[in-house]
Amino acid sequence: MSTYTKQEVKQLVDGTLAWDTVHQMISMPKDADRYKLYMEVIQEKLSYKHKVIMALGPHLNLAIRDGDEEIHAFCDCGKDFGHYKGNWKLNANIYVRDTAEKMDQVYPRLMAPDTTWQVYREYSCPDCGTMLDIEAPTPWYMCMHDVQPDLKTFFEWVGIPAPKKI
Amino acid sequence: MTILETLKGAELGKLLKNGLSLDENRNGILARASETGHYDGIKTLTLKEKDPIKYERIFSKVRAGLVNSREVAKKIAASPIVEQEGELCFTLYNVAGDCIATSTGIIIHVGTMGAAIKYMIQNNWEINPGINEGDMFTNNDCQTGNVHPCDIATIIPVFFEGYLVAWVGGVTHVIDTGAVGPGSMSNGQIQRFGDGLQITCRKTGVNDTPLRDWLHESQRNVRTVKYWILDEKTRIAGTSMIREMVQETIADEGVEAWDVFAMEVIEDGRRGLTSRIKAMCIPGIVKTVAFVDVPYTHPDVAVPSPFAKLDSIMHAPCAITVKSDASWRLDFEGCSRWGWHTYNANPTAFTSGIWVMMTQSLVPTERVNDGCRYATQFRLPKGTWTNPDDRRTAHADAWHFLVSSWSSLWRGISRTYFGRGYLEEVNSGNSNPCNWLQGGGINQDGEIHAVNSFETAACGTGACAMKDGLNNAAAIWNPEGDMGDIEIWELAEPLLYLGRTQKTNSGGYGKWRGGNGFETLRMVHGSCDWTMFFMGNGYMNSDWGLMGGYPSATGYRFEAHNTGLVGPGGRIEAGKEIPLGEDLNPDDRLWENLLGPDAEVKRDKQCITTEAMFDNGDLYLNYLRGGPGFGDPLDRLHSGKQSIEEDLNENYILPEYAKKIYGVVYTQDAEGVYTVDSAKTTAAQEQIKKDRIKRSVPVKEWMKTERQNILDNKASPQVKQMYASSFALSEPFLNEFKTFWDLPAEYNLLESSLGIPTYGSTKTMDISEMPDCKPVIMTEE
Ligand SMILES: [Zn+2]
Repeated sequence: MSTYTKQEVKQLVDGTLAWDTVHQMISMPKDADRYKLYMEVIQEKLSYKHKVIMALGPHLNLAIRDGDEEIHAFCDCGKDFGHYKGNWKLNANIYVRDTAEKMDQVYPRLMAPDTTWQVYREYSCPDCGTMLDIEAPTPWYMCMHDVQPDLKTFFEWVGIPAPKKI
Repeated sequence: MTILETLKGAELGKLLKNGLSLDENRNGILARASETGHYDGIKTLTLKEKDPIKYERIFSKVRAGLVNSREVAKKIAASPIVEQEGELCFTLYNVAGDCIATSTGIIIHVGTMGAAIKYMIQNNWEINPGINEGDMFTNNDCQTGNVHPCDIATIIPVFFEGYLVAWVGGVTHVIDTGAVGPGSMSNGQIQRFGDGLQITCRKTGVNDTPLRDWLHESQRNVRTVKYWILDEKTRIAGTSMIREMVQETIADEGVEAWDVFAMEVIEDGRRGLTSRIKAMCIPGIVKTVAFVDVPYTHPDVAVPSPFAKLDSIMHAPCAITVKSDASWRLDFEGCSRWGWHTYNANPTAFTSGIWVMMTQSLVPTERVNDGCRYATQFRLPKGTWTNPDDRRTAHADAWHFLVSSWSSLWRGISRTYFGRGYLEEVNSGNSNPCNWLQGGGINQDGEIHAVNSFETAACGTGACAMKDGLNNAAAIWNPEGDMGDIEIWELAEPLLYLGRTQKTNSGGYGKWRGGNGFETLRMVHGSCDWTMFFMGNGYMNSDWGLMGGYPSATGYRFEAHNTGLVGPGGRIEAGKEIPLGEDLNPDDRLWENLLGPDAEVKRDKQCITTEAMFDNGDLYLNYLRGGPGFGDPLDRLHSGKQSIEEDLNENYILPEYAKKIYGVVYTQDAEGVYTVDSAKTTAAQEQIKKDRIKRSVPVKEWMKTERQNILDNKASPQVKQMYASSFALSEPFLNEFKTFWDLPAEYNLLESSLGIPTYGSTKTMDISEMPDCKPVIMTEE
């Protein structure tokens, strides 16, 4: 099994890792301590005190909330998106591109969806304006609850004691 | 005289040493697997543990033999689909029809040919028509597990010392099967009865010799006879080589070792998948969804039956459950109904196709075999497009729906790779690989012809979480991306290239952008009575983008007739400027200025059409799609490699959209080279973030207005059709919908209320209702 340094994992996250190493990561069996190093790398970039346990996106993480130790989703700016068993999207802001004019800001008209078939739903952080996810469903569609992790099993798999309030 | 079901003298139980019939033998394997959770109840890999070198030696011989046979056999084919694109595959099965190993190529057929073998087993082919050394069977029946009729499989049994020890299957994607529409994945037909020649596990050869009645009948039922003949020779040569290889391997290693190996290797494959899931994924539930537009009310879609004339949307929601034992379950509850078009899929096409994708991420090894299927539970509700309950369905372009739904699975499973740090495996979901340029008539050699351009095998890939997607590189259904050589396509098709270039602005934006697709402008040349049509997404897109990245661009159609380009006095003869292949911003309509005054141009979102007549000198744009993006575009590097500046200088993006999406501020020198002003760009991006906050609303506020739209029934007919068909098939989906939107208990939307044709929605007849037919069912329904 291959191993990588924390510096290499940081470079992976930053998109600056040498291609040879990336290629090795892709072609070799996975390194078991990746999760641990990845969490350290993410934590060091953040200014909040909550302890990160899983990444939902480049700027959105599940973390153990400082104080009550509940697991919530947090934007990098510190905005709390609610308990991990709920859907963080319900606490986000949304901008729906549901007209041809709104789509004109994204693609030439002939290369954009027809909004009577499909709309874009742009979910962003109400505090810092970071784009957290974009859905492209038909009108009326439910907000997707993308990931509902089984944290108990996950921590067994990575061989680390689970947080108290999973 | 009575009609007997058994051939005279034939007896069950003569093919295997254990005296069981093939069906009894397979049922035993299934029972032991379901009892123990291990393939055939194999808890210990005896051969692998006791004699690992022998085990690996057998595997290597088999795998190398499969790959080598494919490479050699490929040279026999003349069809560029096979010879250039490698649309062929050879697979070795054990006596139960479970895959031991496969060659490179379109490995979806691991499952489809396996299903055909299982069909022969389950329906007692051993007593009628008989299974003997030297026999050849041919299958392409979509009701027997094939993806679409153009994938023709030749399957042969392998005997050793008088007993059946294995099966070998070879498949090629042929150019034409004599469907209503010319081309291998055509539309126009809406039922099986127009979908081309379908052969159901027919014995087509004995004593290693194809039967003359089969040759005569099959050849006159397709348009492209020469390709058809050479494709069959390709399959026969490849399967024969593999049979010989297997017999030599058994002679060297001993038949006892072979018998153990042929079962253990599948249990080994099952364990391989679960260990990889445990190493890379996050247990729990991931939900995804995909959609595809089926715009059939447009006048350029000519169908034979009025009940097919409606706009509809394919709906494919999926709940992926990664379980604590590291197996997984894919549940497609809520899918929309099958339809009167050629995009229906059967469960085997759906489930075995998943491995084409998973070998590109989850199991990127040569060890993919049927073990993966035993580690996966699929649930494909009966009556949906993934599991039609009617034997009339057409399947010629099943891929259109299949790849779209898989793209969302790739995106979903990527969320779990990302969550625990395997960023290098993330794919935002590939493009729906299209357009499919198809058509036919009389070609430049004066022969009856059909075409299906496989340039599609090189679309843009989705962005990764640590790098951009690749431009014009790959397709989800064939890991060996290749657009093919222009010179070969010009030999195969009466279509000259006026240009071939990457398609600017077709990839989705993001921190890492999706790969761009490409575009080729073709001019009809030297043909007679020629037709072509379009096949792709247009009004909507099946991919979404991931974690803040944008979906890729949708498709559009460009075709031009009566162009004034060729002939006496034409623009070419006059030395005037003509369209040369780069439709930079399609909204600018620049090509229209370079055609004769009487040109008729179709430039719109209607990306599915049926046969239109094309004269020599007419134009057709083949636009192959881009892939979706990853992450907030405002995180993209300003300059350097994989940056906004590179996008501008390499023509990957139109400057107008670089400003709108990335907020880029740049200067341009006399040579046209862009330089990004990073400080001003950062300031502009801060403003974009403020604008986002200002124009957006809290999701819970927006939900109130959207809920009112639902109660007021405010949506287009196609959107309503989609929901009504999913509601009718799935109470759980209806309930989930009602709960999410907090709708009244009595809420429903009925297909019958929509004022559109609903043929097939109330009464159907399944293949299982045919006389003497036991279909192979390998999924939950
Ligand atoms: Zn924020």
